[in-house]
Amino acid sequence: MTDLGATTPASLPAPRRDWAALLLCPVLMAAALPLVGSASSWVTLTAAGLAMGMMIFLMASGLTLVFGLMDVINFGHGVFISIGAYAMLLVLGPLAGWAEADSLPLNLALLAVCIVVAMAVTAALGLVFERVIIRPVYRSHLKQILVTMGGMIVAEQAIHVVWGASPVAIRLPEAFRGAIVIGDAAVERYRVVAVAIGLVVFAGMSLVLNRTRLGLLIRAGVENPEMVEALGYRIRRLFVGVFVAGSALAGLGGVMWGFYRQTLTAGMGMEVMVLVFIVIIIGGLGSVGGCFVGSLLVALVANYVGFLAPKLALVSNILVMALVLAWRPQGLFPVARR
Amino acid sequence: MSGGRGGVLAALLSDDGPRSRVLAVLLLAIAAGLAATPFVFPGSQPIGAAAKICVFIMLAASYDILLGYTGVVSFAHTMFFGIGGYGVAIALDRLGPGWGQVALGVVAALGLSCVLALAIGLISLRVRAIFFAMITLAVASAFLVLASQLSTLTGGEDGISFQLPGELRPAFRPFAEPVLGLAINGRVLAYYMILAVTVLVFLGLLRVVNSPFGRVLQAIRENEFRAEALGYRVVAYRTAASVISACAATVAGAMLALWLRYNGPDTTLSFSIMIDVLLMVVIGGMGTLYGAVVGATLLVLAQTYLQAVMAKASAAAAGAPIVAAILHPDRWLLWLGVLFVLSVYFFPTGVVGRLRGGR
Repeated sequence: MTDLGATTPASLPAPRRDWAALLLCPVLMAAALPLVGSASSWVTLTAAGLAMGMMIFLMASGLTLVFGLMDVINFGHGVFISIGAYAMLLVLGPLAGWAEADSLPLNLALLAVCIVVAMAVTAALGLVFERVIIRPVYRSHLKQILVTMGGMIVAEQAIHVVWGASPVAIRLPEAFRGAIVIGDAAVERYRVVAVAIGLVVFAGMSLVLNRTRLGLLIRAGVENPEMVEALGYRIRRLFVGVFVAGSALAGLGGVMWGFYRQTLTAGMGMEVMVLVFIVIIIGGLGSVGGCFVGSLLVALVANYVGFLAPKLALVSNILVMALVLAWRPQGLFPVARR
Repeated sequence: MSGGRGGVLAALLSDDGPRSRVLAVLLLAIAAGLAATPFVFPGSQPIGAAAKICVFIMLAASYDILLGYTGVVSFAHTMFFGIGGYGVAIALDRLGPGWGQVALGVVAALGLSCVLALAIGLISLRVRAIFFAMITLAVASAFLVLASQLSTLTGGEDGISFQLPGELRPAFRPFAEPVLGLAINGRVLAYYMILAVTVLVFLGLLRVVNSPFGRVLQAIRENEFRAEALGYRVVAYRTAASVISACAATVAGAMLALWLRYNGPDTTLSFSIMIDVLLMVVIGGMGTLYGAVVGATLLVLAQTYLQAVMAKASAAAAGAPIVAAILHPDRWLLWLGVLFVLSVYFFPTGVVGRLRGGR
């Protein structure tokens, strides 16, 4: 009797970990400590950078996955972020009492309801957007860019029609205001919340992508969509699902970003899209892990540079992008080979 | 085109005439309208709108070289537009009003635009169209931030107001008597200067796209792989196209600054101008420079006059809340956005393509 153990998956050669790219952020954080000088400033800057990075990740992850899977780029993604943020108003109006209540569970519940409503709204919109705007223009990048820009213009104007054209001010729930002081370092409470939610989403996405059959299909679809189709799976449905999920994630990002800015404007999503695109380029088109690393990298660098050399901070994102592309022209973790 | 003058006219238009009677009439009407505006429509709003149309014809036509003829989407076009504006504004503000300063500003701006376009092109045109779109968006937004932050050089958010050379000021009167009932002043001269530059730039661009070089660009647009296989260096051609396009945009920016006697981030660099240009080129018709003329005219007129119509419609529909909100004068972009999406789907060659097809 032969030993079947040799053919179990456990003994398959595992893909090699790309340590150089994975260690980029920790190394950057360690290198920044002596440069910044004081440990308390470093903690504040790092926490702010991580929170910002997590929010960018939330907004960018869906977009990069959609690109990787179906070679579709949605330049109107930013408007989902705005709509997610505005959808909060549906909740914040009726439940204003919850926001002012001095009780953590009630505040957390409010945030949860906001997130659920925003994700539901943007998911539904994503379904419509995919069908009406994007479906007719598969396989043509030029038309995708144009038509999604057009969709964005219309949707932005629709926000004006529904919620008015002037910026809307919102208030953070009571428990998330102010900062936690650890020693000399002050960390804003809301940033801790943002980091926690970002980590949960990243962990959830990693689990789904790496440990479930659905994730297997998605990853296979990114590698080779024709093959997945040939094996009898309906990649179209898979794609619609991913598009809707990506839109919902943009809605979630919009809630976090809206609370962070505390002012809602129809253009807020488009403003942050520049960062999102930089992150996607840095991470490698189609890679969720790369998107995570890229988001943290961009946000941390922006914070450290803003502290060390404020003038340089204006172009730090571009510099990071240029350096990464010089090192790896396809981004940190290239996935889609098209 | 018609008759015995066809030789000269065809040469001017680089043998690329309107090829449609309706389009020819439309273009003639636009040209005649632009030429006659100061005499026919008194007041400062019509001449302002006409100057804006001229500037945007240049801007949209130069963008069409990239989008329509080369098939790449750039979001950095307003950056070059802004460089032109800032070049003139900074030169005239620092060195005083004078034609030498105008020339210096334009030349310096052209130089900077060439270098930037070359750098962006060589770095990012090697990769796919999508990368180029994203990278130009990032670069343009960084430039916008720089321009609004480096206030010692650019005046920051406030921008720069400056004095024009004497001949272009409202107080300048070349003739004692009114000509055809219009008192000619520096503003009118400035307008005709802009119109003349627009005609020159437009005919120049028409020459470029109908040259062998322009044919190669279109070949690359249609089939990049095949063009490369035929021995054309795709990156070099695309980069050259983006440099030419950037230079024309720079001239447009300089003209706008000269007309407004001002340049700031909102007038030349903002993302909404980029969107306007996209709308103009796509609605007018991609891949034909006449489309830029039609699109720019349509959009500027809509911006200037559609709002008044919508205000009336909105007031009439005051009873129905949603209808009134949709018809609100500030929502004109909503309708143009819908028109834009429909154009991309149903008539990708725009108004001009429609007119030519349905001849």
